[in-house]
Amino acid sequence: MTEYQGKSAFSGVAIGKIYVFSKGESIIRRTRIEDKEAEKKRFDDAKDLAKEQLNGLYEKAMKEVGETSAAIFEAHRMFLEDPGYLDSVYSMIANEGINAEFAVATTGDNYAEMLAAMDDDYMRARAADVKDVSNRVISILQGVSANGLDSDEPVILLADDLAPSETVQFDKSKILSFVTRHGSMNSHTSILARMMGIPSLITVDYDASTVNGKMGIVDGYKGILIVEPDDDTIAKYQAQKEEDDQKKQLLQSLKGQKNVTLDGHEINVYANIAGPKDIGSVLDNDAGGIGLFRSEFLYLESDTYPTEDEQYEAYKKVVQMMAGKDVIIRTLDIGADKQCDYFNLDKEENPALGFRAIRICLKRPEIFKTQLRAIYRASYFGSVGIMFPMITSVDEVRQIKKIVEEVKAELDSEGIEYGDVDLGIMVETPAAVFESFELAKEVDFFSIGTNDLTQYTLACDRQNPNLTDFADPHSPAVLKAIQMTIENGHKGGAWVGICGELGADTELTETFLRMGVDELSVSPSRVLAVRDAVRKVDLSKYY
Amino acid sequence: MKEFTYTITDPEGIHARPAGQFVKACASYPCDIKIAKDGKEVNAKGILGIMSLGVKQGQEITVKVSGDKEDEAAAELEAFLKANL
Repeated sequence: MTEYQGKSAFSGVAIGKIYVFSKGESIIRRTRIEDKEAEKKRFDDAKDLAKEQLNGLYEKAMKEVGETSAAIFEAHRMFLEDPGYLDSVYSMIANEGINAEFAVATTGDNYAEMLAAMDDDYMRARAADVKDVSNRVISILQGVSANGLDSDEPVILLADDLAPSETVQFDKSKILSFVTRHGSMNSHTSILARMMGIPSLITVDYDASTVNGKMGIVDGYKGILIVEPDDDTIAKYQAQKEEDDQKKQLLQSLKGQKNVTLDGHEINVYANIAGPKDIGSVLDNDAGGIGLFRSEFLYLESDTYPTEDEQYEAYKKVVQMMAGKDVIIRTLDIGADKQCDYFNLDKEENPALGFRAIRICLKRPEIFKTQLRAIYRASYFGSVGIMFPMITSVDEVRQIKKIVEEVKAELDSEGIEYGDVDLGIMVETPAAVFESFELAKEVDFFSIGTNDLTQYTLACDRQNPNLTDFADPHSPAVLKAIQMTIENGHKGGAWVGICGELGADTELTETFLRMGVDELSVSPSRVLAVRDAVRKVDLSKYY
Repeated sequence: MKEFTYTITDPEGIHARPAGQFVKACASYPCDIKIAKDGKEVNAKGILGIMSLGVKQGQEITVKVSGDKEDEAAAELEAFLKANL
């Protein structure tokens, strides 16, 4: 049994025979040609055939893996229409009298080197694409056909690196996993692996002479390739794989489905995020929107107050990527356990009961206004809501709304457009629960922050490990507070969601549905599990 | 000659796909079209040239159009950039 360590490009487990893929490396000789016009024509014919092949590959990839992956072949075809590329080949043939194969190889290498030298991972990864296209033309010129995958059973495919034109020719049902010696997270093989959802590794320095045809296991969680595993290891991974498959099948089958109970009651299941980097997993898990976009990262990751433009770019990116789905941004929630030096806040005896969140915003309206302006500007690009944390009174909400009106008037006078923004509050203090009917009349929605609501309702410090037995979020007092908030919210005309950790607790999903909750916002990886729980509830049955 | 500048707002910058779309838009005009960034100028009708500029979000490019239908081309390209990049 031999283990090779690499990096995981996609997680999961694959077990099967190892197949080492080697490209037919062709040697390109430089020769002198006499008839330059004929050589140019030979190149043109090969180039046109290559473009035709690329169109075919584009169509094939469209059907198999979708537009995003297929687009690379369209780009490849355009490489062969680039005037700079063509001029380089033509002039080498015309001025130096060299053969088309050599002119194409040299031109391809030059462009590949140029891209490889750029300070951008994405562009560096494109160097392999230019070489791939050039090799295609050379193969045609030499009359060599590209080789495919020759195996009857599904295999773990090992290669130095794989070009798009190679992977697209493989029969996908024959591939359990990709393992490459080179490549990056941005390389075509990694992208394809994620698209196909198969475990894959990069930067694995395997010994090609000994592993071909052997039994292998790819552990995409730890990033290792195991060659000739012993029986115990195989059994262990077999069990892991079965468990993965079951989970995957269950959750996959829920994608695109509604969050609807057996008796037809539908709610929204949204995702909580901490920044633009989480959007990928939001979309992967099919969340209906963003129910809580924590804006703190902008402040915590900075050494000074983030500017309006910096915030605007971050919000806009998320709003655009969600393409019209709701994005609810929570304003600054600094204080208590989240501290920023440059805010120069006093040290407090009781930070959880201290100067935090909306309290800072109301006392330092210049910070608040910067954030509101950025959010309103981003609202132009989609469907945006704003929610305010740590509310305890109607008066606070009225102060906030006055500041919001000032911000909108400023934007109007500057001719800056913005969208229709819904305003809501976090209900996370007992005061907000008691005032929930009056508060509901002031806002469009409530989002219940169960972590703080539990802490304040039960008088249990969240940070104190000795209180675990007392800080039970399933406590009747907390559940009654939630029920009261939902009922009063609806009476006052606001929809009510839950964005705290309790929202993802599937033991309580039915309870929340019976209380009439309109939305549950949970971490992206919990969206499908909550959808599953909702779909098992029957509200028409009374217990 | 017509000339205008544009600052890229797309978070990914000009990567292969929008570069390809831009090339297609340019190819439909008979005039000469160039893109420049930080003093480096390339033919806008070639995807590799545009990619070689490595234009990222927040960076400014200059588009220079000269020849037949230059007014029309400049207007269309500016609209394209605003809508896509």
